[in-house]
Amino acid sequence: MFANSKLIGWMQAAPLAVVLLGFLVAPIVMIVIVSFWGATEYSIYPAFQFDNYAFLFGSEVTYRVFFATFKYAFITWAFTLSIGFTVAYFLAFHIKSQSTQIALFLLCTIPFWTSNIIRMISWIPFLGRNGIANQTLISWGVIDEPLEWLLYSDFSVILAFVHLYTLFMVVPIFNTMMRIDKSLIEAAYDNGATGFQTLRHVIIPLTKPGIMIGTIFVVTLVMGDFITVRFMSGSQKANVGRLISNDIALLQYPSAAATAVVLLCTVLIVIGVLLRFVNIRKEL
Amino acid sequence: MEKRSRSFYVLAAFFTVFLIFLYGPTLTIGILSFQGPQGGLTFPMNDVSLHWFRDLFEEQAVGDIWGAFRRSTALGLMVMITTVVVSVMAGLAFRKRFAGAGVLFYLAITSLVIPSILISLGVGLIFNQLGLKVHWASSGFGAQLTWTLPFGLLIMFAVFNRFDKSYEEAARDQGATAWQTIRHVVLPIIAPSLIGVALFGFTLSYDEFARTLLTAGSYNTLPLEIFGMTTNVTTPVIYALGTLTTLFSLVIIGLFLLTVWIMGKRRARQGSDAGKGV
Repeated sequence: MFANSKLIGWMQAAPLAVVLLGFLVAPIVMIVIVSFWGATEYSIYPAFQFDNYAFLFGSEVTYRVFFATFKYAFITWAFTLSIGFTVAYFLAFHIKSQSTQIALFLLCTIPFWTSNIIRMISWIPFLGRNGIANQTLISWGVIDEPLEWLLYSDFSVILAFVHLYTLFMVVPIFNTMMRIDKSLIEAAYDNGATGFQTLRHVIIPLTKPGIMIGTIFVVTLVMGDFITVRFMSGSQKANVGRLISNDIALLQYPSAAATAVVLLCTVLIVIGVLLRFVNIRKEL
Repeated sequence: MEKRSRSFYVLAAFFTVFLIFLYGPTLTIGILSFQGPQGGLTFPMNDVSLHWFRDLFEEQAVGDIWGAFRRSTALGLMVMITTVVVSVMAGLAFRKRFAGAGVLFYLAITSLVIPSILISLGVGLIFNQLGLKVHWASSGFGAQLTWTLPFGLLIMFAVFNRFDKSYEEAARDQGATAWQTIRHVVLPIIAPSLIGVALFGFTLSYDEFARTLLTAGSYNTLPLEIFGMTTNVTTPVIYALGTLTTLFSLVIIGLFLLTVWIMGKRRARQGSDAGKGV
């Protein structure tokens, strides 16, 4: 009976394992292998050389681009966390009726199920040279000339990141907040804590797991991104993902693979550090 | 607790601004897609018309969007069904202890957080080296599963963490086999959550871009087609397309939510307590 249930367990897990082996593990292995290969202008050939890595680490561009990637990740994280926390806090502690709560929560999550590409495109009429933002600011007399840095700049890239990914903060933070025992908060008030003290000493510590999960999502999504940076910066800014996709476009797969390996290691290290603060399986 | 305090109104205002931030741009292109034939990519509206929507339905200069739409829908359904089945099976597996469970769990998490371009590049490379043709229904399908399955699995964890085991024990005590217990007790109880998994499976696939980029082959899915348009289409026709697919997504989301709601109603009416364990 015991052996039987073990066998059933394996059979039930098998499809997931097969998909992950074929389309996650194998591709990673392949990328690691190809990162040691060589390339001509038209083709790639098997080899075992460190040229791709030597070039990558020898180039000053690499460090600049990695720095830019961390910069995007950090700034986006700061904004999504403060906005996401505030929104989740409002939903969890200020909305008393459960059906209103569910409805408002759904309103926050629905954009997640629509297309990111279209959500990016939809910023164009706002931010363009003759866009709504510039027209409004000019008509208010705040500025005389249209601002050039609204679109195709770091500003628009980060704006799009915040727009796309804040819900990855809202959902896990809201989830942990809903599980906070309300009597703890009443106890804090009964003991004379102010609203801010309750927030600082009761709610924030108890919400930490949700914050960590949201952080993992946002940081990895931003660090691995290439399309938002390309589209929202009009190809004028770079991050690591774009470095890879440019190499791919030039058919320089080994070089792309080497950059991808370094990116993957970076992301895994960041996650490893973050996971020290939270046990994901317990928090679901 | 206390009366509606000042902080309530401040936060409510913040929340409203957040919703405007979230939906404003989408609504804007919704409005702009009704531009007149002479209208541009931004305000002012130059007349109001259905010109750009009509453009989409004509033999167009905008590429094969209807083919792309059909492919994305088909792929979305394939991914949806696979995601539901595989996630439920894996969810059941993780309730038992099996050797390698920890590794598999961390693989699933890796699958979620790995930069999408690595999946795209790696799967593309493998297919190339094996001499296989990348196609949306093979390599694209597999690549998308690496994105939808972890979500499905996490939802199943959340479901089974809240699952009351006494229902199963009751079934077993009354002589149900393992399969009967799953079929007649477990599955009906978790059914609403499965609708949620299906919603994730379909919409995440339908909108997926980065993992499909190098794995779809010569026939584009809709997001790839739309992205291609952004580089060479400079008329509101792209807004019309964006508005239509967003509406399509909203209809799909609405259908899923409606299904969950109807299921809840029916249960309440039949006085069944299935689902209360979740």
